[in-house]
Amino acid sequence: MEPQFRLFPEQASVEAQRVDVLYLFQLGVGVFFTALICLVIFYFAIKYRRGAKVDRSNPPKKNIPLEVVWTVIPLALTMVMFGWGARLFFDSQRPPLGADEIYVVGKQWMWKVQHPEGKSEINELHIPVGRPVKLKLISEDVIHSFYVPEFRVKTDVLPGRYSTIWLNPTKTGRFHLFCAEYCGTDHSKMIGHVYVMEPAEYSKWLAGTIDQPPHVAGELLFERFRCNTCHRDTPDARCPSLRGLFGRQVALADGSNVIADEKYLRESIVNPNSKIVQGYKPLMPTYQGQLNEQGILQIIAYIQSLEQTQEPPAPAATEDRQPPTETND
Amino acid sequence: MNEARIPDRHYLNADFSVWSWFFTTDHKRIAILYLISITLFFFVGGAAAVLFRLELMTPPGDLVISETYNKLFTMHGVIMVWFFLIPSIPAVMGNFLLPMMVGARDVAFPRLNLLSWYVFMVGGVFTITVMVTGGVDTGWTFYTPYSSTYANTHVMTTAVGIFIVGFSSILTGINFIVTTHTMRAPGLTWFRLPLFVWAQYATSLVMVLATPVLAITLALIAVERGLGVGIFDPALGGDPVLFQHLFWFYSHPAVYIMLLPAMGVVSELITSFSRKRIFGYSFIAFSSVAIAIFGFLVWGHHMFVSGQSMYAGMVFSFMSMLVAIPSAIKVFNWTATLYKGSISWDTPMMYALGFIGLFTLGGLTGVFLATLAVDVHVHDTYFVVAHFHYIMVGGAVMGYMGGLHFWWPKMTGRMYPEGWGRFAAIIIFVGFNLTFFPQFVLGYLGMPRRYHVYPEEFQVLNVMSSAGASILGVGYLIPLGYMIWSLRYGKVAGPNCWGAKGLEWQTPSPPPTHNFEQTPVVTEEAYDYSIPEASPG
Repeated sequence: MEPQFRLFPEQASVEAQRVDVLYLFQLGVGVFFTALICLVIFYFAIKYRRGAKVDRSNPPKKNIPLEVVWTVIPLALTMVMFGWGARLFFDSQRPPLGADEIYVVGKQWMWKVQHPEGKSEINELHIPVGRPVKLKLISEDVIHSFYVPEFRVKTDVLPGRYSTIWLNPTKTGRFHLFCAEYCGTDHSKMIGHVYVMEPAEYSKWLAGTIDQPPHVAGELLFERFRCNTCHRDTPDARCPSLRGLFGRQVALADGSNVIADEKYLRESIVNPNSKIVQGYKPLMPTYQGQLNEQGILQIIAYIQSLEQTQEPPAPAATEDRQPPTETND
Repeated sequence: MNEARIPDRHYLNADFSVWSWFFTTDHKRIAILYLISITLFFFVGGAAAVLFRLELMTPPGDLVISETYNKLFTMHGVIMVWFFLIPSIPAVMGNFLLPMMVGARDVAFPRLNLLSWYVFMVGGVFTITVMVTGGVDTGWTFYTPYSSTYANTHVMTTAVGIFIVGFSSILTGINFIVTTHTMRAPGLTWFRLPLFVWAQYATSLVMVLATPVLAITLALIAVERGLGVGIFDPALGGDPVLFQHLFWFYSHPAVYIMLLPAMGVVSELITSFSRKRIFGYSFIAFSSVAIAIFGFLVWGHHMFVSGQSMYAGMVFSFMSMLVAIPSAIKVFNWTATLYKGSISWDTPMMYALGFIGLFTLGGLTGVFLATLAVDVHVHDTYFVVAHFHYIMVGGAVMGYMGGLHFWWPKMTGRMYPEGWGRFAAIIIFVGFNLTFFPQFVLGYLGMPRRYHVYPEEFQVLNVMSSAGASILGVGYLIPLGYMIWSLRYGKVAGPNCWGAKGLEWQTPSPPPTHNFEQTPVVTEEAYDYSIPEASPG
C-alpha cells in the first residue's frame, strides 16, 4: 500500500470493525457533550455579559434534581461504554478453536517470527486471510509491544512470560507492525509489516520453505543438550517421560497439581527446581542463559509433538489452553 | 479606585537583602521563590519539546540521533511532571494564597515550608544538571527491566533527584493539611472555605499518601540496578509488571495532584468573573474529595495490555468510569454558575472558560481510554499523548495561567496589561489545539508514541502539530515578557481590583508580611456576591 494521508485507519480484522463501532459511538457522545458545554457557556457568557440588561433576579444556588440528572446521565452512558468495551475485550481474549500457532520473539530491536511449518522471518509476518491465527509471544530482553493498528490489536511482549494474541484478518494486503512499548534507542525502528494473503497463496508461500519446523529444531536441541539421557521413556529413567505430557495434569511432589502448558514447561527449563514432579528428585540443572527464547519455544514445540502412545490424556482443556491432543504436524 | 496606591510597607519591600529572601519563612516570599524556579524549569522542559517537535516535522530522524531524541522526550516528561506541574499551583498559588484564604498569618510550619523549597531546588538542580549534561533515555515512566538493567544512561542519578524532590511535595502537603485544619479564622467553617482551599486540601492528601510509593519504587530500581537484587528483571527472578503497578499507584494519583488545584483555581475564577455564588458548592467540594479517593483505585487502566489478568482489567475499567463522574459534575456546576451571572471577559476568565472546554475534551477522551477494547488499540499511541496533554496543559496549565493573571495584582500590586493578556490567552488556546488535536487523529491511525522515526503517511498531521507547538511556544513567551514589564510599568492595582470576594482581597496589594492587620472574622459563606458591586476601576 502506498503511504497516503488518511484520517481514519483501514479496517482489516474482525476486531477492527467491532472496535470502530464502539469508538464512533463514543465519538458521537463526546462531540455532543463538548458542543453542548461550549454552546451553553457561550450562550450564558454573551447573554449575561457585564452591562447587559437582563433578568438576574433570584439566581439559583443549587438544584438537587438537576445535580441528580447530570450525575445519572453520565453514569449511565459510561456504564454502557464499560460493558460494551469489556464484552469486546473478553471476546478478543477467547481462543478461536483450531487456530494456527505462530511463535514471535521480540528483542532489541527486531521481531523474529517462527511458523509451525518451519518458515521463519524477521520483521515480517505472513498470515492467511479469513482464518484466525494465534501468536505466542515472548521477549528476549525488555518489554516490547506487538501492535497492528489496522487490526486494532496490541499486546505487551514480556520477558520471562508468554503472551497470547489472536489475529482475525478479513482483508488481504500489507499492514503495519509496530513496537508500541518504548524499548530503547531504536524503538521506532522495531517495525515491520504483516502480510495477509489468500489461503492458496499463503500455502504456496509456506511451501517455499527449506527451514526446519520448530519441533524438529527442538528435537535437535533436545539431543544436543543431552536431555534424553534423563528424560527417557523407560521405567528406570531418572526424570519423568515427556511423552504425551503437553496439556496433561501433572502431580507435583508438594501434593499440588499443575497443567503442563507452555508456561510450566518454560519454567521447568529455566528454573527446574521450582516445581518437582511427584516421585522424582530435583536433579535437573537450569538452562537459563544456555538456551535463548527461540530455543525454549522449539523444545516446547518438540515436547508438544511427542504424542501419547496408548492411554488418552486426562483433563479437558480449560481456559485459554488448547486441547492437549493437538500437535503441529 | 483610580487613586489606588501601593502600600508603603509590604512583604516585598520589608527587607531588600538577598539573605532576607533565602532565609525567609514568609509563605508569600516562598511562593515567589517557587514561581521563579518553576518558571525556569518550565522553559527548560519546553525547550526540549521545541527540539523534538522540530525533529518530528519530517519522518526520518534527521535533526538528532535516536539516543538524543529519546533523552529529549524523557527530559520533557520528567521536568514538566515533577519540576513544573506538580509544584505549579500548590507550591506557588497554594503557598501564596492558602494562608490568606483561611485568614492566617502564615502556614502552620513556616520553616518546614522553606525547607521544602530547598529540597525542591536540590532535587531540581541536580536532576536537570544530570539530564542536560548526561541525559537519561527511559521515558519519564522508567519502565523495567529497561530502566533497571538495560539502559546505559544516567538512570540512577535521575532517580535520586526525583526521590529527593518527592520530599518537598510531602512537606508542602503536610503543611497545607495542618494549616487548613488548625488555622482557619473565626467563623470560617469548612463549608465556608473557598473551593480553592478544598482542592488544595484534597491534593495535599494525595501528595502525602502517594509520593512515598514513588520513593519506594525508585529505591527498588536503585537496589536492582546497583546491587543486582532481582525485583523487576525476570532474568534475576523479578517481575517487570510489578514495577508498573507500583509506578502507576503513584503516578495516576499524581495526575490529580496536577489537576485538582487547577479545578480549585477555576472555581475561584468563574465566581469572581461572573459575580455570582458558585452553583452547587458542596457538589464541587465533595467531587474534589471523590476524585482524590477514586484516583487511588484506577491505576491498572494504564496496564490493560501489560499482561495483567483480564478480570483485573475489567475492575480497573469500571473504576475509571466512576472517576469520570465527579469530573462531569464539576463541569456542569461551573457552567450553571454562569447562569444569571454578570460575566466579564477578562484574561483570567478566558483561561477559565478555555479550561472548561479543553478539560471536557480531555476528560471525555479519558473515557475512551478507560474502555477496554478501545484502549487496546490506542494504548501507547499519540491518542494517549493528546489525551494527557489536554488534561495537563489544557487543564492544569490553563488553570495555572488563569490563576497567575488573577492573583498577579495581589502578588505584585500591579496589573498586567489586559490587552496583551487576552491576546496571549487566545494565542495559547489556538496553539494548544493545533498542537494536540491532530495527535488524537494520529493516535487512532496507530502512530505509537516515543517514535523518533515514523512512516511517511503520518507526516501531514505531525507538521500540523509542530506548527501548533511553535504558536504555543510564542504564546508562553508573551506573558513572560509582559509580566516582567508590569512589575515596573503596570497600572497600580489596589487591594481588590476585580471586586472579588475572599479574604485575600481584603488586604492591601501587595499584602503586608503578616497578611492581616487584625485576624478577620468570617460571617458569610464563600462567594457571597448577592449584592453586585459597581465595576472596579
